[in-house]
Amino acid sequence: MLNIKGLRVSVEGKEILKGINLEVKPGEVHAIMGPNGSGKSTLASALAGNESFEITEGEVTYMGKDLLDLSPENRAREGIFLGFQYPVEIPGVSMVNFLRTAINEHKKYKNEEPLSAGEFLKLMREKKSLVEIDSDLTSRSVNEGFSGGEKKKNEIFQMALLNPTLSILDETDSGLDIDALRIVANGVNKLRTKDNATVVITHYQRLLDYIIPDYVHVLYRGKIVKSGDKSLALQLEEKGYDWLKQEAGIEV
Amino acid sequence: MKTLTEKTDTVNKYVTLFHEHQEEIMDAEPAFLSEMRREAITNFERLGFPKKKAENYKYVHLEPFFNGSLETRFAPRKLEFDIQEMFRCDIPTLDTHVLLVLNGFYYTTTGEQLVEQENGVIFGSLNEATARHPELVSQHLGKYADYRNDPFVALNTACAQDGVFLYVPEKQTLDKPLQIIHLLLSDENEMVQHRNLFIAEKHSKAEVIICDHTLSNHLFLTNSVSEIAVAENASLDVVRMQNEHNQAVQITNTWIEQHRDSTARHSTITLHGGKVRNNLQVKLKGENAHCDANGLFLIDKAQHVDNFTVIEHQQPHCTSNQHYKGVLDDAATGAFSGKIHVFPDAQKTEAYQTNNNVLLTRDAKMHTKPQLEIYADDVKCSHGATVGQIDENALFYLQTRGIPREEARLMLMYAFADEVISGIREEALRDRIANLVSRRLRGELSRCDNCAINCYD
Ligand SMILES: Nc1ncnc2c1ncn2[C@@H]1O[C@H](COP(=O)(O)OP(=O)(O)OP(=O)(O)O)[C@@H](O)[C@H]1O
Ligand SMILES: [Mg+2]
Repeated sequence: MLNIKGLRVSVEGKEILKGINLEVKPGEVHAIMGPNGSGKSTLASALAGNESFEITEGEVTYMGKDLLDLSPENRAREGIFLGFQYPVEIPGVSMVNFLRTAINEHKKYKNEEPLSAGEFLKLMREKKSLVEIDSDLTSRSVNEGFSGGEKKKNEIFQMALLNPTLSILDETDSGLDIDALRIVANGVNKLRTKDNATVVITHYQRLLDYIIPDYVHVLYRGKIVKSGDKSLALQLEEKGYDWLKQEAGIEV
Repeated sequence: MKTLTEKTDTVNKYVTLFHEHQEEIMDAEPAFLSEMRREAITNFERLGFPKKKAENYKYVHLEPFFNGSLETRFAPRKLEFDIQEMFRCDIPTLDTHVLLVLNGFYYTTTGEQLVEQENGVIFGSLNEATARHPELVSQHLGKYADYRNDPFVALNTACAQDGVFLYVPEKQTLDKPLQIIHLLLSDENEMVQHRNLFIAEKHSKAEVIICDHTLSNHLFLTNSVSEIAVAENASLDVVRMQNEHNQAVQITNTWIEQHRDSTARHSTITLHGGKVRNNLQVKLKGENAHCDANGLFLIDKAQHVDNFTVIEHQQPHCTSNQHYKGVLDDAATGAFSGKIHVFPDAQKTEAYQTNNNVLLTRDAKMHTKPQLEIYADDVKCSHGATVGQIDENALFYLQTRGIPREEARLMLMYAFADEVISGIREEALRDRIANLVSRRLRGELSRCDNCAINCYD
């Protein structure tokens, strides 16, 4: 589904990602972990098409297409969803208008009829209950004044509405209380099918108790320095990153 | 700061014009008015036009526009003109009393110059009202707009022949909004000065919508004055929509006087215009009065919009909110100067002002100057101004949800404008303006939009 080869990314002239290789297949869950500043969000942003990140080398194919050739909106309409580490507040744009526009842009891309007001409301209700999001939130401006946890729930709510093929969730678990974490994880699990895939970026093994990953990768200084199964996350939880840094230091 | 002025040829031109046409100007009018005109022209001669770079007119020098060869008329010209054919009002779903002012003169197809309703409400031609109700008019005309110290008001006072008069007696409510459509239509370049007078007596209520339009492809210069009196406990809303073409120069002078417990709301939405200068002066003369003054402009090419406001808090416990916003594209320029003046007696004043602007290009420029003059100590006042670009992070966020960049940009611009639009209370009007603004942002609304001639396109 997603194939990243030798990806190098710079921001403002500084190289952040130094040759990433990663393959994600349908039905898989990948977890990416790694110390602060190692480049996890940069990878997510680059995959979503943020132009402030310059791709200097490498290639990315997604469902057989050259992903790097697509605009951010077309990546989204091709089924890529980015759950932001820091969702953006957009005063003056109502949640309803935003969600409806987004859904109908997806429909338009697939040559489908736009949703009627009734169908849209029905869909909203259905997905709202999935993530147990407060009704009041959807009557406000996008993320404006939302608490940290509410913003994260809102990301999952949008994911549920847009029904993506590949979801990249950047620290969707940070800032969530224990109940919210369970709700969000359940939401993600319910949306899983054999045809879609999820990449979760996280610092905490706790999330991976709920969303069981097939692979765990450690990103360090712009490179994936170790990959393994879910036991790697447990190991990291126990030992921290130092042993890996040393290992990486030897390898580099 | 005092504006330095000196007598120039342009000033002389208008002084001479006045003297040469005196008889026509003052024809068949009550003595009080003629006296006021004579005083006004003397003041104008003394004041002259604001000089280039004068403090209050730093970003727009208006005198040169008065210098061109412009036709000036003191009596309406007969124009073969079919309003239904030519002009489609952009607010058709609104149930209003529609009044037309054509090149500064009240224009009626029914011959009815003044409507006098059973409850005492009067509206129609100011000229006719002055003839029929000289006492009523003389109590108010020239009492709010300062023709002694403001040259544009002085010139208008000396020359203006007509405009709209509205009178709402005590405890009465205007049954539906008054919609005044100022139309400019000519076969030559023309200068137009009209005058409006709105009076809301104690405990009365009224809404006024003003639409400024150009219907022909000529250079127009408008110098208009609106005087507005809001008595004790009365409420008056004015929404002005400006939609003139790029060769039009428009100066509006709106003077509002409010008494205790009154409410006035004034919004100016500028969709199009060549050079626009809006002067808004509000005097809160009674305790516990409240004023909202909002503005929104959307400009491009070489357009210039200059909003200048002065809110005087003369008495305690009054509140005022000003919110002005601008979106500037291409090489458009804009200016906002807003003054909050709190008098020594005006304790417990609450006065707020914000001015936010978005520049869509590097060439667009915005000058913003908030001014606070506070002479009382127990007040809450604030002001804030921003000049920025569209938020790239917000754009990207919207794009990642499948919304095309251009559409996302429109959403953000619209969201920016919406804060002012949502302040308009009348729902049908608000929806209509929302629609006009979004079409304007999409580039679908041309300045000729409501005109069937389409001389430009
Ligand atoms: N716009 C930017 N301008 C300059 N430097 C940037 C920019 N964005 C990211 N960086 C730098 O790139 C590096 C990687 O940042 P990134 O946000 O990808 O880290 P991360 O792994 O997501 O960290 P965290 O765990 O703290 O979220 C950091 O050193 C960061 O300062
Ligand atoms: Mg990050």
